[in-house]
Amino acid sequence: MNKHTPLYDMHVSLGARMVDFGGWDMPINYGSQIEEHHQVRNDAGMFDVSHMTIVDLSGDGVRDYLRHLLANDVARLRDKGKALYSCMLTEQGGVIDDLIVYYLDDAFYRMVVNAATRDKDLAWLEKQAADFDVEIAVRDDLAMIAVQGPRARDKVHQALGTEAAPLAELGVFFMHQVGDMAIARTGYTGEDGYEIILPAGQASTFWSQLLEAGVKPCGLGARDTLRLEAGMNLYGTDMDESTTPLESGLAWTIAWEPVDRDFIGRAALMAQRDAGVKQKLVGLVLEDKGVLRNHQKVIVDGTPAGEITSGSFSPTLGKSIAFARVSVDIGSQCRVEVRNKLLNARVVKLPFVRNGKICI
Amino acid sequence: MSNIPQELRFTKSHEWIRREEDDTLTIGITDHAQALLGDLVFVDIPEVGEECAVGDDVAVVESVKAASDVYAPITGEIAAVNEKLADTPELLNQDPYGDGWIFKIKPADENDYDGLMDADAYQEIIAEDES
Repeated sequence: MNKHTPLYDMHVSLGARMVDFGGWDMPINYGSQIEEHHQVRNDAGMFDVSHMTIVDLSGDGVRDYLRHLLANDVARLRDKGKALYSCMLTEQGGVIDDLIVYYLDDAFYRMVVNAATRDKDLAWLEKQAADFDVEIAVRDDLAMIAVQGPRARDKVHQALGTEAAPLAELGVFFMHQVGDMAIARTGYTGEDGYEIILPAGQASTFWSQLLEAGVKPCGLGARDTLRLEAGMNLYGTDMDESTTPLESGLAWTIAWEPVDRDFIGRAALMAQRDAGVKQKLVGLVLEDKGVLRNHQKVIVDGTPAGEITSGSFSPTLGKSIAFARVSVDIGSQCRVEVRNKLLNARVVKLPFVRNGKICI
Repeated sequence: MSNIPQELRFTKSHEWIRREEDDTLTIGITDHAQALLGDLVFVDIPEVGEECAVGDDVAVVESVKAASDVYAPITGEIAAVNEKLADTPELLNQDPYGDGWIFKIKPADENDYDGLMDADAYQEIIAEDES
Protein backbone atom coordinates (compact mmCIF):
# COMPACT_ATOMS: atom_id res chain seq x y z
CA MET A 1 0.00 0.00 0.00
CA ASN A 2 1.55 3.25 -1.14
CA LYS A 3 1.55 6.39 0.96
CA HIS A 4 -0.87 9.22 0.22
CA THR A 5 -0.37 12.94 0.75
CA PRO A 6 -3.20 15.00 2.32
CA LEU A 7 -4.10 16.08 -1.24
CA TYR A 8 -4.53 12.58 -2.67
CA ASP A 9 -8.34 12.73 -2.89
CA MET A 10 -8.07 16.17 -4.47
CA HIS A 11 -5.78 14.85 -7.22
CA VAL A 12 -8.11 11.94 -7.96
CA SER A 13 -11.14 14.23 -8.13
CA LEU A 14 -9.23 16.52 -10.54
CA GLY A 15 -8.67 13.56 -12.87
CA ALA A 16 -4.95 13.12 -12.24
CA ARG A 17 -3.11 10.08 -13.55
CA MET A 18 -1.52 8.72 -10.38
CA VAL A 19 1.81 6.87 -10.41
CA ASP A 20 4.15 5.36 -7.88
CA PHE A 21 6.93 7.77 -6.90
CA GLY A 22 9.26 6.40 -4.25
CA GLY A 23 6.46 4.62 -2.43
CA TRP A 24 3.98 7.50 -2.80
CA ASP A 25 0.94 7.67 -5.09
CA MET A 26 1.55 10.99 -6.84
CA PRO A 27 -0.02 12.80 -9.82
CA ILE A 28 2.12 12.52 -12.98
CA ASN A 29 -0.27 14.81 -14.88
CA TYR A 30 -3.87 16.02 -14.92
CA GLY A 31 -4.25 15.60 -18.70
CA SER A 32 -1.29 17.00 -20.61
CA GLN A 33 2.10 17.41 -19.00
CA ILE A 34 3.22 19.71 -21.82
CA GLU A 35 0.29 22.08 -21.20
CA GLU A 36 1.13 22.04 -17.49
CA HIS A 37 4.74 22.87 -18.33
CA HIS A 38 3.69 25.90 -20.43
CA GLN A 39 1.23 26.93 -17.71
CA VAL A 40 4.14 27.33 -15.28
CA ARG A 41 6.41 29.10 -17.80
CA ASN A 42 3.65 31.52 -18.84
CA ASP A 43 1.30 31.94 -15.89
CA ALA A 44 1.05 29.93 -12.64
CA GLY A 45 0.89 26.25 -11.76
CA MET A 46 0.95 24.33 -8.48
CA PHE A 47 2.49 21.06 -7.40
CA ASP A 48 1.77 18.87 -4.41
CA VAL A 49 5.22 18.21 -2.95
CA SER A 50 3.97 16.96 0.42
CA HIS A 51 5.87 13.70 -0.13
CA MET A 52 9.12 15.56 0.57
CA THR A 53 10.56 15.20 4.05
CA ILE A 54 10.47 18.24 6.33
CA VAL A 55 12.79 18.13 9.32
CA ASP A 56 12.99 20.72 12.11
CA LEU A 57 16.34 21.02 13.86
CA SER A 58 16.59 22.82 17.17
CA GLY A 59 18.98 23.25 20.07
CA ASP A 60 22.00 25.31 21.01
CA GLY A 61 24.28 23.10 18.92
CA VAL A 62 22.26 23.22 15.70
CA ARG A 63 24.43 25.76 13.88
CA ASP A 64 27.66 23.84 14.61
CA TYR A 65 25.92 20.60 13.66
CA LEU A 66 24.86 21.95 10.27
CA ARG A 67 28.30 23.45 9.64
CA HIS A 68 29.73 19.96 10.10
CA LEU A 69 26.95 18.14 8.22
CA LEU A 70 26.64 20.23 5.05
CA ALA A 71 29.07 21.09 2.24
CA ASN A 72 27.58 24.56 2.04
CA ASP A 73 27.96 26.81 5.10
CA VAL A 74 24.94 27.92 7.13
CA ALA A 75 27.14 30.66 8.59
CA ARG A 76 26.40 32.43 5.30
CA LEU A 77 22.81 32.82 6.51
CA ARG A 78 22.77 36.09 8.41
CA ASP A 79 19.14 37.11 8.02
CA LYS A 80 16.29 35.18 9.62
CA GLY A 81 14.20 33.28 7.07
CA LYS A 82 17.04 32.97 4.56
CA ALA A 83 17.46 29.65 2.75
CA LEU A 84 20.54 27.78 1.54
CA TYR A 85 20.85 24.96 -1.00
CA SER A 86 23.41 22.33 -0.05
CA CYS A 87 24.56 18.78 -0.49
CA MET A 88 25.04 16.37 2.39
CA LEU A 89 28.12 14.22 1.70
CA THR A 90 29.71 10.96 2.73
CA GLU A 91 33.30 11.01 4.03
CA GLN A 92 34.27 10.04 0.44
CA GLY A 93 32.56 13.15 -0.93
CA GLY A 94 29.63 11.28 -2.49
CA VAL A 95 26.26 12.99 -2.38
CA ILE A 96 23.87 11.47 0.19
CA ASP A 97 21.18 14.01 -0.76
CA ASP A 98 20.64 17.59 -1.81
CA LEU A 99 18.44 19.78 0.34
CA ILE A 100 17.29 23.23 1.33
CA VAL A 101 17.87 24.52 4.84
CA TYR A 102 16.12 27.59 6.24
CA TYR A 103 17.61 29.67 9.03
CA LEU A 104 14.68 30.60 11.27
CA ASP A 105 16.46 31.39 14.54
CA ASP A 106 19.90 30.83 16.08
CA ALA A 107 18.65 27.61 17.65
CA PHE A 108 16.11 26.64 14.99
CA TYR A 109 16.56 25.58 11.36
CA ARG A 110 14.16 23.79 9.02
CA MET A 111 15.42 21.38 6.37
CA VAL A 112 13.61 19.88 3.36
CA VAL A 113 15.11 16.69 1.93
CA ASN A 114 13.99 14.32 -0.83
CA ALA A 115 11.21 11.75 -0.43
CA ALA A 116 13.05 8.81 -1.99
CA THR A 117 16.05 9.22 0.33
CA ARG A 118 14.01 9.76 3.51
CA ASP A 119 15.12 6.74 5.54
CA LYS A 120 18.84 6.98 4.84
CA ASP A 121 18.79 10.77 5.34
CA LEU A 122 17.09 10.52 8.72
CA ALA A 123 19.48 7.78 9.82
CA TRP A 124 22.45 9.95 8.76
CA LEU A 125 21.06 13.04 10.51
CA GLU A 126 20.62 11.06 13.73
CA LYS A 127 24.04 9.47 13.51
CA GLN A 128 25.83 12.78 13.00
CA ALA A 129 23.83 14.43 15.79
CA ALA A 130 25.43 12.31 18.51
CA ASP A 131 28.12 14.89 19.33
CA PHE A 132 25.90 17.96 19.17
CA ASP A 133 23.15 19.53 21.24
CA VAL A 134 20.48 19.16 18.59
CA GLU A 135 16.90 17.91 18.53
CA ILE A 136 15.61 16.37 15.26
CA ALA A 137 11.86 16.45 14.61
CA VAL A 138 10.33 14.99 11.42
CA ARG A 139 7.26 17.02 10.51
CA ASP A 140 4.89 14.48 8.97
CA ASP A 141 2.06 16.70 10.20
CA LEU A 142 2.86 19.23 7.48
CA ALA A 143 1.99 19.42 3.78
CA MET A 144 3.84 21.36 1.08
CA ILE A 145 2.53 23.05 -2.07
CA ALA A 146 4.80 24.69 -4.66
CA VAL A 147 3.18 27.52 -6.65
CA GLN A 148 5.39 28.51 -9.57
CA GLY A 149 5.30 30.81 -12.59
CA PRO A 150 5.49 34.51 -13.48
CA ARG A 151 2.02 35.11 -12.00
CA ALA A 152 2.37 32.66 -9.10
CA ARG A 153 3.10 35.20 -6.39
CA ASP A 154 0.23 37.49 -7.41
CA LYS A 155 -2.18 34.57 -7.34
CA VAL A 156 -0.97 33.36 -3.94
CA HIS A 157 -1.37 36.90 -2.59
CA GLN A 158 -4.90 36.94 -4.02
CA ALA A 159 -5.72 33.61 -2.36
CA LEU A 160 -4.37 34.80 1.01
CA GLY A 161 -6.05 38.23 0.93
CA THR A 162 -4.88 40.88 3.42
CA GLU A 163 -2.63 38.39 5.21
CA ALA A 164 -0.35 38.45 2.17
CA ALA A 165 0.79 42.07 2.61
CA PRO A 166 4.27 41.28 4.04
CA LEU A 167 4.99 38.87 1.16
CA ALA A 168 5.21 41.66 -1.40
CA GLU A 169 8.63 42.54 0.03
CA LEU A 170 9.87 38.98 0.51
CA GLY A 171 13.31 38.46 -1.05
CA VAL A 172 14.36 35.57 -3.25
CA PHE A 173 15.29 32.50 -1.15
CA PHE A 174 13.59 33.86 1.97
CA MET A 175 10.84 32.31 4.08
CA HIS A 176 8.13 34.22 5.92
CA GLN A 177 5.54 32.89 8.34
CA VAL A 178 1.93 33.89 7.54
CA GLY A 179 -0.39 32.45 10.19
CA ASP A 180 0.12 28.68 10.11
CA MET A 181 1.88 28.82 6.75
CA ALA A 182 5.63 29.04 6.16
CA ILE A 183 5.95 30.67 2.75
CA ALA A 184 9.32 30.55 0.99
CA ARG A 185 10.31 32.22 -2.26
CA THR A 186 12.01 29.10 -3.58
CA GLY A 187 11.23 26.48 -6.21
CA TYR A 188 12.35 23.84 -8.67
CA THR A 189 11.17 25.23 -11.99
CA GLY A 190 13.38 28.22 -12.85
CA GLU A 191 10.41 30.56 -12.36
CA ASP A 192 9.50 32.89 -9.55
CA GLY A 193 7.05 31.57 -6.98
CA TYR A 194 6.61 30.08 -3.57
CA GLU A 195 6.96 26.81 -1.74
CA ILE A 196 4.37 26.80 1.02
CA ILE A 197 4.54 24.56 4.07
CA LEU A 198 1.26 24.29 5.98
CA PRO A 199 -0.59 21.99 8.39
CA ALA A 200 -1.77 18.84 6.57
CA GLY A 201 -5.37 19.51 7.60
CA GLN A 202 -5.39 22.86 5.77
CA ALA A 203 -3.87 21.62 2.52
CA SER A 204 -7.10 20.82 0.64
CA THR A 205 -8.76 24.11 1.57
CA PHE A 206 -5.75 26.15 0.50
CA TRP A 207 -5.36 24.13 -2.73
CA SER A 208 -9.02 24.95 -3.52
CA GLN A 209 -8.40 28.64 -2.85
CA LEU A 210 -5.44 28.55 -5.23
CA LEU A 211 -7.61 26.86 -7.88
CA GLU A 212 -10.12 29.68 -7.46
CA ALA A 213 -7.33 32.22 -7.89
CA GLY A 214 -6.54 30.63 -11.27
CA VAL A 215 -3.56 28.48 -10.35
CA LYS A 216 -3.63 25.24 -12.40
CA PRO A 217 -2.64 21.88 -10.90
CA CYS A 218 0.53 20.38 -12.41
CA GLY A 219 2.00 16.92 -12.01
CA LEU A 220 5.45 15.48 -11.44
CA GLY A 221 5.86 15.06 -15.21
CA ALA A 222 5.89 18.82 -15.80
CA ARG A 223 7.97 19.32 -12.66
CA ASP A 224 10.69 17.15 -14.20
CA THR A 225 10.84 18.93 -17.58
CA LEU A 226 10.72 22.33 -15.84
CA ARG A 227 13.64 21.55 -13.54
CA LEU A 228 15.60 20.04 -16.47
CA GLU A 229 15.17 23.22 -18.53
CA ALA A 230 16.11 25.24 -15.45
CA GLY A 231 19.38 23.30 -15.09
CA MET A 232 18.47 21.90 -11.67
CA ASN A 233 19.79 18.50 -10.63
CA LEU A 234 17.60 15.58 -9.63
CA TYR A 235 19.00 13.43 -6.86
CA GLY A 236 19.47 9.78 -7.81
CA THR A 237 19.85 10.44 -11.53
CA ASP A 238 22.20 13.44 -11.85
CA MET A 239 24.17 12.72 -8.70
CA ASP A 240 24.31 10.10 -5.96
CA GLU A 241 26.76 8.62 -3.48
CA SER A 242 29.09 7.53 -6.30
CA THR A 243 29.58 11.10 -7.56
CA THR A 244 30.81 14.28 -5.89
CA PRO A 245 29.40 17.81 -6.26
CA LEU A 246 32.50 18.68 -8.31
CA GLU A 247 31.42 16.17 -10.98
CA SER A 248 27.77 17.18 -10.77
CA GLY A 249 27.65 20.87 -11.62
CA LEU A 250 27.42 21.66 -7.92
CA ALA A 251 30.88 23.09 -7.16
CA TRP A 252 29.12 26.40 -6.40
CA THR A 253 27.42 24.76 -3.41
CA ILE A 254 30.69 23.89 -1.68
CA ALA A 255 31.83 26.51 0.81
CA TRP A 256 35.64 26.05 0.90
CA GLU A 257 36.06 29.09 3.13
CA PRO A 258 36.70 29.30 6.01
CA VAL A 259 39.38 26.63 5.60
CA ASP A 260 39.09 25.47 9.21
CA ARG A 261 35.44 24.41 8.84
CA ASP A 262 35.71 20.62 8.86
CA PHE A 263 32.54 19.47 7.06
CA ILE A 264 31.95 15.82 6.21
CA GLY A 265 33.54 15.02 2.85
CA ARG A 266 35.85 18.02 2.82
CA ALA A 267 39.11 16.06 2.72
CA ALA A 268 37.90 13.89 -0.16
CA LEU A 269 36.70 16.92 -2.15
CA MET A 270 40.00 18.73 -1.63
CA ALA A 271 41.94 15.67 -2.78
CA GLN A 272 39.76 15.40 -5.89
CA ARG A 273 40.11 19.10 -6.62
CA ASP A 274 43.88 19.00 -6.21
CA ALA A 275 44.25 15.89 -8.38
CA GLY A 276 42.08 17.50 -11.08
CA VAL A 277 38.40 16.77 -11.62
CA LYS A 278 37.98 14.49 -14.64
CA GLN A 279 34.26 14.81 -15.35
CA LYS A 280 31.67 17.55 -15.34
CA LEU A 281 27.95 17.95 -15.87
CA VAL A 282 26.95 19.83 -19.04
CA GLY A 283 23.79 20.52 -21.02
CA LEU A 284 23.11 18.90 -24.39
CA VAL A 285 20.69 20.08 -27.07
CA LEU A 286 19.81 17.46 -29.66
CA GLU A 287 20.22 18.83 -33.18
CA ASP A 288 18.77 15.78 -34.95
CA LYS A 289 15.26 14.42 -34.47
CA GLY A 290 14.70 12.10 -31.52
CA VAL A 291 14.63 12.18 -27.74
CA LEU A 292 17.62 11.96 -25.39
CA ARG A 293 17.16 9.59 -22.45
CA ASN A 294 18.98 8.74 -19.23
CA HIS A 295 22.05 6.50 -19.65
CA GLN A 296 22.55 7.03 -23.40
CA LYS A 297 26.25 7.17 -24.30
CA VAL A 298 27.99 10.38 -25.33
CA ILE A 299 30.55 9.91 -28.12
CA VAL A 300 33.28 12.31 -29.27
CA ASP A 301 35.53 11.42 -32.24
CA GLY A 302 34.25 7.85 -32.13
CA THR A 303 35.20 7.26 -28.49
CA PRO A 304 33.03 7.21 -25.36
CA ALA A 305 33.10 10.57 -23.57
CA GLY A 306 30.37 10.16 -20.97
CA GLU A 307 26.72 9.44 -20.33
CA ILE A 308 23.39 11.25 -20.17
CA THR A 309 22.10 11.56 -16.61
CA SER A 310 18.71 13.17 -17.36
CA GLY A 311 17.22 13.39 -20.84
CA SER A 312 13.80 14.43 -22.03
CA PHE A 313 11.91 16.71 -24.36
CA SER A 314 11.95 20.46 -23.69
CA PRO A 315 8.51 21.93 -24.31
CA THR A 316 9.96 25.47 -24.27
CA LEU A 317 12.66 24.75 -26.86
CA GLY A 318 10.58 22.26 -28.84
CA LYS A 319 13.50 19.86 -28.97
CA SER A 320 15.20 17.29 -26.82
CA ILE A 321 17.64 18.36 -24.09
CA ALA A 322 19.70 16.55 -21.48
CA PHE A 323 22.29 16.75 -18.75
CA ALA A 324 25.35 14.59 -19.38
CA ARG A 325 28.36 13.71 -17.26
CA VAL A 326 31.30 14.00 -19.67
CA SER A 327 35.07 14.48 -19.81
CA VAL A 328 36.05 17.97 -18.65
CA ASP A 329 37.78 18.63 -22.00
CA ILE A 330 34.66 18.10 -24.14
CA GLY A 331 34.23 20.61 -26.99
CA SER A 332 31.07 22.25 -28.27
CA GLN A 333 29.73 19.28 -30.25
CA CYS A 334 29.21 15.60 -29.52
CA ARG A 335 27.18 12.62 -30.61
CA VAL A 336 24.76 10.57 -28.59
CA GLU A 337 23.98 6.93 -29.20
CA VAL A 338 20.18 6.83 -29.50
CA ARG A 339 18.65 3.48 -30.35
CA ASN A 340 21.71 2.31 -32.33
CA LYS A 341 22.05 5.59 -34.22
CA LEU A 342 24.55 8.38 -33.58
CA LEU A 343 22.73 11.70 -33.34
CA ASN A 344 24.34 15.15 -33.24
CA ALA A 345 24.12 17.24 -30.10
CA ARG A 346 25.44 20.64 -29.05
CA VAL A 347 27.17 21.03 -25.69
CA VAL A 348 25.83 24.04 -23.77
CA LYS A 349 26.15 25.74 -20.40
CA LEU A 350 23.23 25.31 -18.05
CA PRO A 351 20.50 26.43 -17.62
CA PHE A 352 18.50 26.07 -20.84
CA VAL A 353 15.67 28.32 -19.63
CA ARG A 354 15.35 30.76 -16.74
CA ASN A 355 12.42 33.05 -15.92
CA GLY A 356 10.64 32.15 -19.13
CA LYS A 357 13.62 33.07 -21.35
CA ILE A 358 15.70 30.68 -23.42
CA CYS A 359 19.35 31.06 -22.33
CA ILE A 360 21.23 28.95 -24.88
CA MET B 1 -12.10 4.46 -19.57
CA SER B 2 -10.38 3.95 -22.90
CA ASN B 3 -12.15 4.16 -26.22
CA ILE B 4 -12.03 0.77 -28.01
CA PRO B 5 -13.78 0.91 -31.42
CA GLN B 6 -15.68 -2.34 -32.07
CA GLU B 7 -14.79 -2.48 -35.79
CA LEU B 8 -11.02 -2.65 -35.23
CA ARG B 9 -8.64 -5.48 -34.41
CA PHE B 10 -5.91 -5.24 -31.76
CA THR B 11 -2.65 -6.66 -30.44
CA LYS B 12 -1.44 -7.31 -26.90
CA SER B 13 1.20 -4.64 -27.47
CA HIS B 14 -1.57 -2.02 -27.95
CA GLU B 15 -1.58 -1.55 -31.72
CA TRP B 16 -4.92 -1.27 -33.52
CA ILE B 17 -5.54 -2.56 -37.05
CA ARG B 18 -8.21 -1.45 -39.54
CA ARG B 19 -8.86 -3.30 -42.82
CA GLU B 20 -9.35 -0.85 -45.69
CA GLU B 21 -11.38 -1.44 -48.84
CA ASP B 22 -8.20 -2.13 -50.85
CA ASP B 23 -7.25 -4.83 -48.29
CA THR B 24 -4.32 -2.81 -46.90
CA LEU B 25 -4.23 -2.61 -43.10
CA THR B 26 -3.94 0.70 -41.29
CA ILE B 27 -2.06 0.54 -37.98
CA GLY B 28 -1.80 2.88 -35.02
CA ILE B 29 -1.58 2.77 -31.22
CA THR B 30 -4.68 2.51 -29.07
CA ASP B 31 -6.27 5.19 -26.93
CA HIS B 32 -5.15 3.20 -23.89
CA ALA B 33 -1.54 3.24 -25.11
CA GLN B 34 -1.45 6.97 -25.83
CA ALA B 35 -2.95 7.72 -22.42
CA LEU B 36 -0.29 5.61 -20.70
CA LEU B 37 2.55 7.21 -22.66
CA GLY B 38 1.36 10.79 -22.15
CA ASP B 39 2.22 13.63 -24.53
CA LEU B 40 3.86 12.21 -27.66
CA VAL B 41 6.73 14.33 -28.99
CA PHE B 42 8.51 12.21 -31.62
CA VAL B 43 7.63 9.42 -34.02
CA ASP B 44 10.17 7.39 -35.98
CA ILE B 45 8.25 5.98 -38.96
CA PRO B 46 9.34 3.21 -41.36
CA GLU B 47 10.06 3.66 -45.09
CA VAL B 48 7.43 2.80 -47.66
CA GLY B 49 8.35 -0.45 -49.38
CA GLU B 50 10.10 -1.97 -46.33
CA GLU B 51 9.30 -5.62 -45.71
CA CYS B 52 8.14 -6.51 -42.23
CA ALA B 53 7.41 -9.73 -40.39
CA VAL B 54 4.90 -10.05 -37.59
CA GLY B 55 6.50 -8.83 -34.35
CA ASP B 56 9.15 -6.64 -36.01
CA ASP B 57 9.64 -3.24 -34.37
CA VAL B 58 8.88 -1.02 -37.34
CA ALA B 59 8.20 2.34 -35.66
CA VAL B 60 9.02 4.13 -32.41
CA VAL B 61 6.76 6.56 -30.59
CA GLU B 62 8.33 8.72 -27.92
CA SER B 63 6.51 10.67 -25.26
CA VAL B 64 8.06 13.14 -22.85
CA LYS B 65 8.26 10.19 -20.47
CA ALA B 66 9.40 7.21 -22.51
CA ALA B 67 10.07 5.56 -25.86
CA SER B 68 7.89 2.71 -27.02
CA ASP B 69 8.27 0.37 -30.01
CA VAL B 70 5.40 -0.16 -32.42
CA TYR B 71 5.35 -3.72 -33.76
CA ALA B 72 4.12 -5.02 -37.10
CA PRO B 73 0.94 -6.93 -36.26
CA ILE B 74 1.14 -8.85 -39.50
CA THR B 75 3.69 -9.88 -42.15
CA GLY B 76 3.80 -7.83 -45.33
CA GLU B 77 5.15 -4.64 -46.84
CA ILE B 78 4.86 -1.04 -45.65
CA ALA B 79 2.39 0.52 -48.11
CA ALA B 80 2.11 4.03 -46.67
CA VAL B 81 3.24 6.11 -43.69
CA ASN B 82 1.66 9.09 -41.96
CA GLU B 83 4.09 11.89 -42.85
CA LYS B 84 2.10 14.38 -40.76
CA LEU B 85 3.38 12.79 -37.56
CA ALA B 86 6.90 14.15 -38.15
CA ASP B 87 5.73 17.69 -37.33
CA THR B 88 2.59 16.95 -35.33
CA PRO B 89 3.20 13.88 -33.15
CA GLU B 90 0.43 15.15 -30.85
CA LEU B 91 -2.06 13.70 -33.38
CA LEU B 92 -1.34 10.37 -31.66
CA ASN B 93 -2.83 11.81 -28.45
CA GLN B 94 -5.61 13.82 -30.04
CA ASP B 95 -6.97 11.29 -32.53
CA PRO B 96 -5.32 7.89 -32.04
CA TYR B 97 -7.79 6.03 -34.31
CA GLY B 98 -8.00 8.74 -36.99
CA ASP B 99 -5.38 11.33 -37.94
CA GLY B 100 -2.94 9.65 -35.56
CA TRP B 101 -2.58 6.49 -37.71
CA ILE B 102 1.09 5.52 -38.14
CA PHE B 103 1.54 3.23 -41.18
CA LYS B 104 -0.25 0.88 -43.57
CA ILE B 105 0.77 -2.67 -44.39
CA LYS B 106 -0.02 -4.61 -47.54
CA PRO B 107 -0.34 -8.06 -45.98
CA ALA B 108 1.51 -11.03 -47.47
CA ASP B 109 -1.54 -13.18 -46.63
CA GLU B 110 -4.89 -11.41 -46.36
CA ASN B 111 -6.26 -14.19 -44.14
CA ASP B 112 -3.83 -13.27 -41.34
CA TYR B 113 -6.15 -10.41 -40.40
CA ASP B 114 -8.81 -12.87 -39.22
CA GLY B 115 -6.43 -14.23 -36.59
CA LEU B 116 -6.07 -10.84 -34.86
CA MET B 117 -7.73 -10.08 -31.54
CA ASP B 118 -11.15 -8.40 -31.55
CA ALA B 119 -12.31 -5.49 -29.42
CA ASP B 120 -13.80 -7.63 -26.65
CA ALA B 121 -10.59 -9.62 -26.22
CA TYR B 122 -8.54 -6.40 -26.13
CA GLN B 123 -10.93 -4.92 -23.57
CA GLU B 124 -10.24 -7.89 -21.31
CA ILE B 125 -6.49 -7.40 -21.64
CA ILE B 126 -6.55 -3.78 -20.58
CA ALA B 127 -9.32 -4.15 -17.99
CA GLU B 128 -6.74 -5.13 -15.41
CA ASP B 129 -4.59 -2.03 -16.11
CA GLU B 130 -7.54 0.27 -15.68
CA SER B 131 -9.20 -1.34 -12.67
